[in-house]
Amino acid sequence: MKFGLLVSEGPYTHQASDSAYQFVVAAIAKGHEIQRIFFYHDGVNNATKLTDPPQDDRHIVNRWSALAADHKVDLVVCVAAALRRGIRDENLAPGFRISGLGQLVDSGIKADRLITFGD
Amino acid sequence: MSEQQATPASGPKVKKFMFVNRKAPYGTIYALESLEVVLITATFDQDVSLVFIDDGVYELLKGQETKGIGIKNHSKTYRALDGYDVEKLYVDRASLEQRGLTEKDLLVPVEVLDTEEMGQLMAEQDVILSF
Repeated sequence: MKFGLLVSEGPYTHQASDSAYQFVVAAIAKGHEIQRIFFYHDGVNNATKLTDPPQDDRHIVNRWSALAADHKVDLVVCVAAALRRGIRDENLAPGFRISGLGQLVDSGIKADRLITFGD
Repeated sequence: MSEQQATPASGPKVKKFMFVNRKAPYGTIYALESLEVVLITATFDQDVSLVFIDDGVYELLKGQETKGIGIKNHSKTYRALDGYDVEKLYVDRASLEQRGLTEKDLLVPVEVLDTEEMGQLMAEQDVILSF
């Protein structure tokens, strides 16, 4: 099945990023396709390379970047939501791209299921 | 022939997108950013509907005044939705009643639905985005 994901909460504060990540890993392992992951609201904070958690904690941002490198997962950050929160090309982590909300709608159209991870 | 064109088998997909608004208009950014997605979706020629439920019914309240909190009043955008061919607005009856509101308190025409009707409508959708 072809899945699109929407992540709408920030990392560490909220479980959404972790759940979305676990879902994607499990889906890929089962042979499903991840059409796109779209980051909106505070979810755009998943994309800043300035993130530097304590050593003994998971690195949520690097985990996304690895997913993009290993499985070519399309990680898209909403431009309007990102600019509001200080996320721009200069501090964007590898594997992410900044684009418009149209990419979320496109995911809704093209994916078999669009799944929201958020409140 | 109806005005709305039927989707030819080979033509572009038209999906049913529903936006479920559950939060008060201010206090968090969800209502405003939901509205931004709705406006973009409308430009994709999809079948768009909006639902207002729980505190989301406050988003449609008449007479919003935000000067005191220093935040932009985005409630006027709901009135402009029909200009984007977004005309299907549904409000949960129980949510209105629990808050002592009626249709007359709302700034746009809506269809008020019972929980069961709302559930049925949701079951018919292809994509549901909840804010």
